[in-house]
Amino acid sequence: MYPDYLAGLLKEVDRTRPHRLGLAMSGQPVYPPMNAEERKDVLSKYHPDFAPGARRPVRIGPNKGEEITAEVAEMLEAHSMVEPKLMDIHLREPDYETDLLIIGGGGAGCWAAIEAARNGVKSMVVTKLRMGDANTMMSEGGMQAAVSATDSPTRHYLDAIGGGHFENKPELVRVLTEDGPGVVAELERLGVIWDKMEDGTMQVLHGGGTSRRRMVSCRDYIGAIIMRTLMDEVKNHPDMIAVREFEPAVELILDDNGHCAGAVLYSLDTEQFLTVKAKSTVITTGGFGRLHIRGFATTNHYGATGDGLVMAYRAGGKLAFMDSVQYHPTGAVFPEQIAGFLITEKIRGAGGQPLNKFGDLFVFPREPRDIESAAIIRECSSDRNNGIETYAGRAGVWLDSPIIDMIHGSGYTRHQFPGMCRQFDRFGIDIVKQPMLIYPSLHYQNGGIEINERCETNIPGLYVAGEASGGVHGRNRLMGNSVLDYNVFGRRAGQHASDYAKSATVGRLSLDHVRKHAEEMEAACIQTDLISPLILPSYTPEDVKIQQLARLGNVPARHSMLRNRFSPSERKTHLG
Amino acid sequence: MNGEVGAVKSGERAPQQGGKRQRPQANMVNVYIMGKRHVVPEHATIMRAIEYAGHQIIRGAGCREGFCGACGTIYRLPGDYKLHTGLACTTLVQEGMSLTQIPAVPMEKAIYDLEKLTPDVRTIEAVYPVTFRCVACNTCSKACPQGLPVMDYIQAAMRGDVAKVADLAFDCVACGLCALRCPAEIVQHKVGILAKRLTGRYLHKESKELAARLKEVASNKFDAEYEELMVMDKTSLSKLYYDRDMEP
Ligand SMILES: Cc1cc2nc3c(=O)[nH]c(=O)nc-3n(C[C@H](O)[C@H](O)[C@H](O)COP(=O)(O)OP(=O)(O)OC[C@H]3O[C@@H](n4cnc5c(N)ncnc54)[C@H](O)[C@@H]3O)c2cc1C
Ligand code: SF4
Ligand code: SF4
Ligand code: FES
Repeated sequence: MYPDYLAGLLKEVDRTRPHRLGLAMSGQPVYPPMNAEERKDVLSKYHPDFAPGARRPVRIGPNKGEEITAEVAEMLEAHSMVEPKLMDIHLREPDYETDLLIIGGGGAGCWAAIEAARNGVKSMVVTKLRMGDANTMMSEGGMQAAVSATDSPTRHYLDAIGGGHFENKPELVRVLTEDGPGVVAELERLGVIWDKMEDGTMQVLHGGGTSRRRMVSCRDYIGAIIMRTLMDEVKNHPDMIAVREFEPAVELILDDNGHCAGAVLYSLDTEQFLTVKAKSTVITTGGFGRLHIRGFATTNHYGATGDGLVMAYRAGGKLAFMDSVQYHPTGAVFPEQIAGFLITEKIRGAGGQPLNKFGDLFVFPREPRDIESAAIIRECSSDRNNGIETYAGRAGVWLDSPIIDMIHGSGYTRHQFPGMCRQFDRFGIDIVKQPMLIYPSLHYQNGGIEINERCETNIPGLYVAGEASGGVHGRNRLMGNSVLDYNVFGRRAGQHASDYAKSATVGRLSLDHVRKHAEEMEAACIQTDLISPLILPSYTPEDVKIQQLARLGNVPARHSMLRNRFSPSERKTHLG
Repeated sequence: MNGEVGAVKSGERAPQQGGKRQRPQANMVNVYIMGKRHVVPEHATIMRAIEYAGHQIIRGAGCREGFCGACGTIYRLPGDYKLHTGLACTTLVQEGMSLTQIPAVPMEKAIYDLEKLTPDVRTIEAVYPVTFRCVACNTCSKACPQGLPVMDYIQAAMRGDVAKVADLAFDCVACGLCALRCPAEIVQHKVGILAKRLTGRYLHKESKELAARLKEVASNKFDAEYEELMVMDKTSLSKLYYDRDMEP
């Protein structure tokens, strides 16, 4: 229920709605889309990536000297969890051996395992939490794929590369868009229930930055439907695919030829370090929302801490576009309990409109994400002061959802957005009758470990797919392109990495790169008490944490993880 | 941290919004986590309350937004005989709440080859015969934190109405709380997933448009256009992009 002091502002939304509905029905854009200069202006002034201190040069490693997101630089310039010397026996006698090691049991990871099995190669999926505790599970809105007659894969290419400011790697965008229709068909064969017309035609909607209706969906549970289908399929092949849950990887293992040869795992249950020897390795660890960059709330799952970046970087893997972070335009701001939660972009695809406190449109509802977010931040900034404040001190703008049923007919919202409705029903807000309050939320890792169209990295035997990779989206991913991404590249990684595994021979296992990383840190005079990968964020109150850290002596590993678990602002003061 | 514990540090936002209102002091409530009393903010979800108490959750949290089912929780309230169920990430604490998380419910997933199944009652009988033990007590529906009519979808499964099961179980997060409460020991959400896969695979009409597009891709129809776009300089590409027409 909205508090009383918002009643007057809610009335404004109702007042302006008939006019806005007229605009929506006219077939013309409801607000003029920005041109190139306007986009540049709003980005440079209001997008968090451009705020002072948002980026800094990384001091060590393959991207040394390059400006990257400050919180990521901190993670890269941190200590390893393992002491290489103490792992020697386990390098000689690995705890597990497999042909293909897949790190991360989200969408991309499951696909890699399924494709490897189809290719006759056995694999092992190691994952941080349970299988499917992943960003993949959470996607709501949909997936882009050029399936309709008015559309084409090359159209999709143009939209994607324009959304990415023409910086995406062309060969990756081609593969992404050209494989799209095939992914839709393949997922249906595995039993994904697409939203379809009576005659079987795919239902398609617009998303931010699309020039054709191209968003395919499963109500607003696309992620849960795809993830559960893939997991079910993975578990149908116990002879080909082994799964280890609650055993995240914390370092890659190389062999004496510098090829990737497996990983060191850390069992969250027993706090043991375990080694896996593998002929090839795929990183599918997803994104980094739980680093809470610039203090933002996030839409991401609990384990989204950018571990893949850290592991690959220490092993010499090159990163791309790590200076850009995606803030989703529509995170919830009210009620406080769901602050940061995602309001799917499909709401705007279906006609939902962002409005300021006067109930007025101030931006075209379907700009690319970075532009839309920057415009919302501008509206709430002291330059304009047109935001709506919550009792918790957050600011936001309205997202008019009641207009959706007026456009599409009553009942549409409840049927198409059951998840969204449920989220707000819990707090007595019926989004069919009342708008939502929204503000940008930390959503997606635009960049990542650089790959080519075979998902190869600069380290032989190491493949990357999904959100952990960099290059597909340039500096800005469009809605629906990351669900497509993990499907397209998860499959490709599975195919190419399993082909590689068929002929690869592994040399002597080594963690020398971890030793070198420590030396490089010392040479660069980096002083830090951070240990990475982070594995899990901590939401323990700081005073409790400090008491937990009072422990002396032969400390267990989780205790050292705890050091990571200060909020970013706290960490900065630690680094001075 | 922002958006997580009681205190709000709004990071980026704080300096940008003029005239910031003071947050009213949160009231505190008593909750009993696995029997031990902790004092937590009243607006906290169960998940935030557990963290506020100083626990690092390892098992029992996944998406934190109501999608993954990692955080199933059972609880009782003072003066109420009922054993309630909820998702820790979306359920609010209440004064006197006594709770414990159930992060995993043991159950066996049947192994099958979807290509060899038919979308009818024979498949349900063969893959999850336990389904037919249902005594229609409705305990499962009462336990479901998603508010799904679980009994109805199990009954539909017994009739072999696979599409109906898929429709009713669509929003299931596989928390397993229904299965835990079921006196007939049925594995409801596993039946749900099977029915969903059967529906997607066999009960939806094929899209002709999609089939046509797949043929076009296979015949390399777009190669020439791709090659042109891929080598285009940024200025021409940019012009093409900003001039492109928009489908309404
Ligand atoms: C709320 C939300 C809504 C979204 N909606 C959409 C949408 O509508 N359309 C769209 O296109 N995209 C959407 N996205 C983005 C998209 O879902 C993700 O980018 C995509 O699913 C990433 O898939 P992935 O397999 O690469 O990573 P994930 O699915 O995140 O999987 C990564 C897995 O790796 C595991 N892992 C992490 N670190 C380690 C480690 N050290 N060792 C072992 N395992 C590890 C994680 O636990 C996780 O299981 C959304 C994202 C979110 C968060
Ligand atoms: S149907 Fe069962 S497993 Fe699914 S959400 Fe409801 S209680 Fe949980
Ligand atoms: S709890 Fe079990 S027996 Fe009772 S209605 Fe549900 S499925 Fe049937
Ligand atoms: S943590 Fe995923 S449903 Fe609660």
